[in-house]
Amino acid sequence: MVTTSRAWLSLHRWLWGLNQEQRSVVIAYLMIVAIVGLGSLIMPQFASPNYLLLQLMKASFLGAVAAGQMMVILTGNIDLSVSWTLNLAAVMVTSIAQGQNERLWLGVLAGLAVGLIVGLLNGLGVAYLRIPSLVLTLGMDAVVKGVTVLYTGAQPKGESPELLNLIVHHKVWGGLPSVVLVWTAISLFCFIVLHRSALGRKIYAVGNNEICAYLSGVKSHRVLISAFVLSGLMNAIAGILLVGYAGRSFNGMGEPYLLPSIAAVVIGGTNILGGSGLYMGTVAGAIIITLLESTLSIMQISQAGRNIIYGLVILGMLFLYGRGSQIRE
Amino acid sequence: MTTLSIADGAQWLRRFFRRNFKVGIAYVALLALLGVYAGLQPRLFTKLVITATANQGMALVLASMGQTAVVLTAGIDLSVGPIVSLSNTLASTLFPDSVPGVIGVVVLVLLVGALAGLINGLIVVYGRLQPIIVTLATASIYSGFALMLRPRPGGYVPLWYGDLLTRRVFDLIPTSLVLLAFVLIFIWAPFRRSRLGLAVYAVGSDERAAYMSGLNVNRAKVAAYVMAGFLAALAGLFLTAQTSSGDATIGAVYTLQSIGAVVLGGTSLFGGSGGVAGTIAGAFVIRIISSVLFFAGINPLSQPLFEGLVLLIAISLGAARTFTLRNRLETMR
Repeated sequence: MVTTSRAWLSLHRWLWGLNQEQRSVVIAYLMIVAIVGLGSLIMPQFASPNYLLLQLMKASFLGAVAAGQMMVILTGNIDLSVSWTLNLAAVMVTSIAQGQNERLWLGVLAGLAVGLIVGLLNGLGVAYLRIPSLVLTLGMDAVVKGVTVLYTGAQPKGESPELLNLIVHHKVWGGLPSVVLVWTAISLFCFIVLHRSALGRKIYAVGNNEICAYLSGVKSHRVLISAFVLSGLMNAIAGILLVGYAGRSFNGMGEPYLLPSIAAVVIGGTNILGGSGLYMGTVAGAIIITLLESTLSIMQISQAGRNIIYGLVILGMLFLYGRGSQIRE
Repeated sequence: MTTLSIADGAQWLRRFFRRNFKVGIAYVALLALLGVYAGLQPRLFTKLVITATANQGMALVLASMGQTAVVLTAGIDLSVGPIVSLSNTLASTLFPDSVPGVIGVVVLVLLVGALAGLINGLIVVYGRLQPIIVTLATASIYSGFALMLRPRPGGYVPLWYGDLLTRRVFDLIPTSLVLLAFVLIFIWAPFRRSRLGLAVYAVGSDERAAYMSGLNVNRAKVAAYVMAGFLAALAGLFLTAQTSSGDATIGAVYTLQSIGAVVLGGTSLFGGSGGVAGTIAGAFVIRIISSVLFFAGINPLSQPLFEGLVLLIAISLGAARTFTLRNRLETMR
């Protein structure tokens, strides 16, 4: 009796000790449990390990994109060049590797280079030319689309090397798709960068107030460029992984990842204006979005209904997380 | 002495150009583009081609005007495209043949658009959430409704409706331009000159100062979103006349293109400065580029690249603030 009440007491104390950042993350994970619960009511196989692992696999791609998007959003910007950077990187992999395992590393390198270059250009434009990221990354997306269409001749070439397919689909430890391990590695990297490194602290500082950060000696231009470069690399990685998942590259494959990546970051508790948010929240956000989409498609809800529910969920969670202060305060 | 001298006139001109510098650039760009277009397509100055060109840009012009209102308050409306789709699908579903029926449907669709904008505004203002994420969510919701109305393209649009809006008045001036003039004179100008319009600019410029000056900040913001929804619905109605059918995905491109038009036209994304004059030029530039590229005989595969490059360069020039500010600190906001 005493031990259970002690447990409740410490739980209670922990819950109340959370700051707003952490509370959002907790709510996000509770939301995951709620969705799984709701889904299993509708379809008992929902809570089965097989299905959940499949969801985790699908969430890995969104998770990579959302990780990069989070870096950029934390600095107070946004990256709208996600879809075509992903696409071009994927196209690079298939057209250079051309289905041969020996050339895979070359293709991957080319894909990563795409992400690096796009990210660099985005970062330079935002940091030095002071072009608002909303419009710069938008224009960049259009340009990368143009490059991709020109390069592929409106039809993608080549197929995915077997090795890449294996990396994505192979199941270790009796069921866990190895792409989830890739996502875990990415997450570890992002967690260390954001929460345990100087660059991370600077990213939060720049997002909170760039002027103060700059006056405090933070080289804010470099921080901005780093954030966009990381985002570009993440998008490229997602594109490369998607090639392994689908077995090929095709134009338009990046389209379903832009808005969900922003939604995942925001649902994970990150402030859209930057400066606050925990990485584990973004992980939860990616999982929530993936689960939501799967649940809605299982419930045979039409695309129309899905869109509506999607929007309502985002609004609902935003209201839960706490809003801005009134202008009088 | 109250007569104006030539010196006064010169000073007024100088001030006018300095104030409207960015808008001027947008129109110079438009004229240059039209010049290139005329060079490639000698039949540009025929009535038919002028009408077609005007029609091409009109939907975007209207949608971008709405976006301008929101951007002036330092917000953004990502649901412009879906509202265009919603208005298009609603109209194509409800349109009857009779004139009074069509008028009724038009009024209804405009009200729905205004309502959508109202919802956006209320959530942003009273929910105290950021516009970018609120309109992202409502965009999803409105596109869902559009899909519900028209899961597959189709619907009915009376032939005379399409003809009415896409042809010419007195066989001289394209109806679309007349419609634009009507919107500018009877819808935008009263809004712009009213206290609400002034408040919109003030709120975008410095919200706190506007509040402390006694302006109703909340009402101004909501009004901007309502205007955006209304004009987006109007754009959808025009689009319906052009395509004579309903398609739930037709509005998708309008969101990002309207933002591009606003930026091209010299309105600052941070709010408080700019206006529809530049936006109209910006919207036409965006729309005419594709035609110009087509007539220039550029490889169709390279067209998206050129369109993207032009958009990127134009937007960068319009939005880059490095060239306008004095010291490094000022560049950061």
